[in-house]
Amino acid sequence: MGQITLNQVTKSFGETQVIPPLDLTIEDGEFAVFVGPSGCGKSTLLRLIAGLEDVSSGHIEIDGRDVTDVAPAKRGLAMVFQSYALYPHMSVRKNIAFPMKMAGVDQAEQDARIKKAAAALNLTDYLDRRPGQLSGGQRQRVAIGRAIVREPEAFLFDEPLSNLDAALRVGMRMEIGELHKQLATTMIYVTHDQVEAMTMADKIVVLRAGVIEQVGSPLDLYHNPRNLFVAGFIGSPTMNLISGAEAEQHGAATIGIRPEHLTVTQDGPWQGTVGVAEHLGSDTFVHVHGTGLAETITVRQAGDVPVRHGDTVRLTPDLSRMHKFGADGLRL
Amino acid sequence: MATKASRTAARFMMAPAVTLLLGWMLVPLIMTLYFSFADYRPLRNVFEPWIGFDNYERFVSSSAFWDSVTTTLVMVGSILAITVVLGILIALLLDKPIFGQGIVRILVISPFFVMPTVSALAWKNMMMDPVNGVLSHVWRFFGATPHDWLVETPLLSIILIVSWQWLPFATLILLTAIQSLDGEQLEAAEMDGAPALKRFWYIILPHLGRAITIVILIQTIFLLGIFAEIFVTTQGSFGTRTLTYLVFQRVLESQNVGLGSAGGILAVILANIVAIFLMRIVGKNLDA
Repeated sequence: MGQITLNQVTKSFGETQVIPPLDLTIEDGEFAVFVGPSGCGKSTLLRLIAGLEDVSSGHIEIDGRDVTDVAPAKRGLAMVFQSYALYPHMSVRKNIAFPMKMAGVDQAEQDARIKKAAAALNLTDYLDRRPGQLSGGQRQRVAIGRAIVREPEAFLFDEPLSNLDAALRVGMRMEIGELHKQLATTMIYVTHDQVEAMTMADKIVVLRAGVIEQVGSPLDLYHNPRNLFVAGFIGSPTMNLISGAEAEQHGAATIGIRPEHLTVTQDGPWQGTVGVAEHLGSDTFVHVHGTGLAETITVRQAGDVPVRHGDTVRLTPDLSRMHKFGADGLRL
Repeated sequence: MATKASRTAARFMMAPAVTLLLGWMLVPLIMTLYFSFADYRPLRNVFEPWIGFDNYERFVSSSAFWDSVTTTLVMVGSILAITVVLGILIALLLDKPIFGQGIVRILVISPFFVMPTVSALAWKNMMMDPVNGVLSHVWRFFGATPHDWLVETPLLSIILIVSWQWLPFATLILLTAIQSLDGEQLEAAEMDGAPALKRFWYIILPHLGRAITIVILIQTIFLLGIFAEIFVTTQGSFGTRTLTYLVFQRVLESQNVGLGSAGGILAVILANIVAIFLMRIVGKNLDA
């Protein structure tokens, strides 16, 4: 239970329209990730769904019920904020109990739900502490606990991991993913990190300047980017985009080739000088300059490749994995 | 980088200032203590250096003493209640984005810039005067008989005047506290199903706890010594005689320095008792 439909939704702040008319459906039980560079309107879109901002026009439906003018609390959604937004003067237990207290859930039921959530999130030992005494990851879990006990139709996450350090972020990413499998509730997750989007999502919504550039599964976006923006945004390291004479040979304004679809060979068609070679052990990222195609061509080679700064190398692209884009930036 | 030498040097250099301040505080206190045990009436040329606790006994046993203690507590308590409650409400309003915000905020703060004597005079002659005061014009406009504020409700009048003076201070401190509240907390509470009043009660008010404590402590310190407002308006008559004013009367009107000094020492002790009580009640807000 938790299908969310946006129908011709727009949002303007004064004269500036941050979200032009937008249609989107998120299916029940889906893990949808809104991803895009900062200021692309992804957080605003989430806040519109939450009801923290009013739409300028259009309709929002949850399970077929029009909630456009319904108060945030009555939409049956729970939100996890970037700053966690825990109540600092309340213990963890009271923080988690707060939404149930507001909803008038009876005490026995409250205790049962808190116990269950605390067990699921490894918070049992911390229930009587204040948020100020917890680490970042624990605070994050309290915020999630506060959302779970409401048993919402859908969870909304607003960049929940951006305040955590890199190692913790990977761990929490897994935990949220597992939580989704367990609860099978609709989740909408906002992030600017395309790795988070690729690893967690059932459906990725790529946004730029309030416009949906593409909607699809992670691999769909990886293999079939609809335009130059999605091609450049999804994937790490980013796709090599080459325009000019080389592209015209393939009948396109721009061609794109992912670093993993290039090979360092003896007799490849492209030649250049190695700038930086990043040896990660499992992979080697080689940044090649002076090919005359683009400023830098990045190559990803499995394993350790013996190239050094200043070496001259030749590159062979896997032509079957090449993406072609027209002058309007759309895929050909 | 505080090395041992620089710390010693710092102590030497600060010594004159500390000594001066210490003397400034100790000399009057010791003199008051000394006079409080003496029968000292300068105009009658009486000076007997040691009469034991006679002054204290006389001061405490007079009916004026307990009345003045009650008056002081009622006055300070009412002013604290008015300034904190109204201060929170005004601060909440000022936190909203409005047209001409800067000017409105300066206007709200302005009573604090007026000297106590001046503001008391202004209130007495321009606002509360039974014939020409603004308030009596308002009363007459609605067809009511003007209220003679300082005669009929003198204690209330002084409470109103002093509250007006201190409201800006409370508002200012509470406003900065409200502005430091994380907006996402309020949004989270809204999502959690708390309507506006409950958000105020469960989120904003606890957040303001520390600021309210500071307002109460600082105001109590200053309010226990209210003098100018009483001197200018009622001269301590009609049940507006606070402990401070009683001490003043004993020393300067009765010319009994010994008795007044004993009262002064009692006032210091009472102020400390009040302070300890306050610290106990609200001080826990200052931890964590």
